[in-house]
Amino acid sequence: MSESKLNVSEKEIVVPGEILATGMSYLPSYGTYRQGQNILASRTGLMRIEGKVLKIIPVSGLYLPKRGDVIIGKVVDVNFSGWSVNTNSAYVAMLSIKDASSDFIPKGADLTRFFGIGDYILTKITNVTSQNLVDLTMKGPGLKKLVSGRIVKVNSNKVPRIIGKQGSMVSMIKNSTGCNIIVGQNGLIWVKGSPKDEILAVKAINKIEKESHFSGLTERIKKFIDTYKR
Amino acid sequence: MSYKKRIDGRKFDELRKIEAKVGVIPNADGSAYFKIGDTEAYACVYGPKHLYPKFLQNPTKGVLRCNYNMMPFSGSGDRVRPGPSRRSKEISLVTEKALLPVVNLDDFPNAVVDVFIEFPQTDAGSRCAGICAASMALADAGIVMKDLVAAVSVGKVDDALVVDLNYNEESFEGEVADIPVAVIPSTGEFTLLQMDGIIDKDRLLKALDTAKKVAEKIVKIQREALKNKFEIKGA
Repeated sequence: MSESKLNVSEKEIVVPGEILATGMSYLPSYGTYRQGQNILASRTGLMRIEGKVLKIIPVSGLYLPKRGDVIIGKVVDVNFSGWSVNTNSAYVAMLSIKDASSDFIPKGADLTRFFGIGDYILTKITNVTSQNLVDLTMKGPGLKKLVSGRIVKVNSNKVPRIIGKQGSMVSMIKNSTGCNIIVGQNGLIWVKGSPKDEILAVKAINKIEKESHFSGLTERIKKFIDTYKR
Repeated sequence: MSYKKRIDGRKFDELRKIEAKVGVIPNADGSAYFKIGDTEAYACVYGPKHLYPKFLQNPTKGVLRCNYNMMPFSGSGDRVRPGPSRRSKEISLVTEKALLPVVNLDDFPNAVVDVFIEFPQTDAGSRCAGICAASMALADAGIVMKDLVAAVSVGKVDDALVVDLNYNEESFEGEVADIPVAVIPSTGEFTLLQMDGIIDKDRLLKALDTAKKVAEKIVKIQREALKNKFEIKGA
């Protein structure tokens, strides 16, 4: 057997078609594939090397609905049996009557009394089929219609950075701006506070999205907010 | 008469000057700019998004849709009528077929990825520039793909085998063959092969060989441009 060789280093940006490693002792994982002796990249992203396993953390691309994710959706249509919800992905999700409220909704009731077109809701994905039909529920802790405030859109791949380790980043922004913030896994973020604070929080969020790769990001953003407040 | 020296002074296997940039259009999900000589291409990718009308949907995988468009005064001659024409529809189709073997849209049934390629300025080789730009834009949009696609035209002007013909060479008086090809660099497979003119078999094979070599150079520039957009600066 020929010897194995690694061509990339941790956290390096790789692009599709790049040869990441040669030889059989490395294993392709997410975002990579094997072609003969070589392992190649199939996505644009950050290289992650975990022992012998090579995978790519994507840096771009649309949100893909995943079961169990809590997302912020926009109601785009009201049907007989429920609501159609835009999830900021390629697919429109369905919220059916029986999952919409803990109250009983009688047949033929005016559904716009609960959610109208254009409303934003915090909701959870209960199921995603092979055809990417998405089912939602409103039953769960904290799931609700989002009234007033404003919505910020970010790349869904940056959501982990906005939340931070154990929510450190988002709670820091909450505390220092006094805003109420909810982050959806799909990249939609709801911010509510006084108009001035909202603008500051939105600015901070946009800064995180732009500078997500910096180390010591939380400190950086804290400094940014502090200097802005003064 | 024979073609000893190229009209613009290049070597026979030399490309025109290439410039590539990624992420040039903020509103698109992925975008790229590719300039080769005086031919400029902008590609923007939108999606994956839901596909309507419904009869175009494919329930097993996503659909790729390409659109090639020359802007009105992009050519060197008369005004080009923008929008679909016999020529632009054909090129849209071959662009799509050139890119389809590398993109993987299995995760997006019933969805579509739209690719729009615009040319503010052209000087031969526009379909190749378009394919180069489109493959970069797709990678920028985070689409799963086997490899980038590099495209270039090769051919024959009089007796000489040349790479990357410009308009003056295409319209050279004498025997000219213009062969636009697209290559998947990692496998060496061709995804586009068209020809204008006449060429014999030996020369054709030789030309295709050089195309593969030149594609390596192009894909290097494409990768560089992509990395430039995402590279960690000042961290």
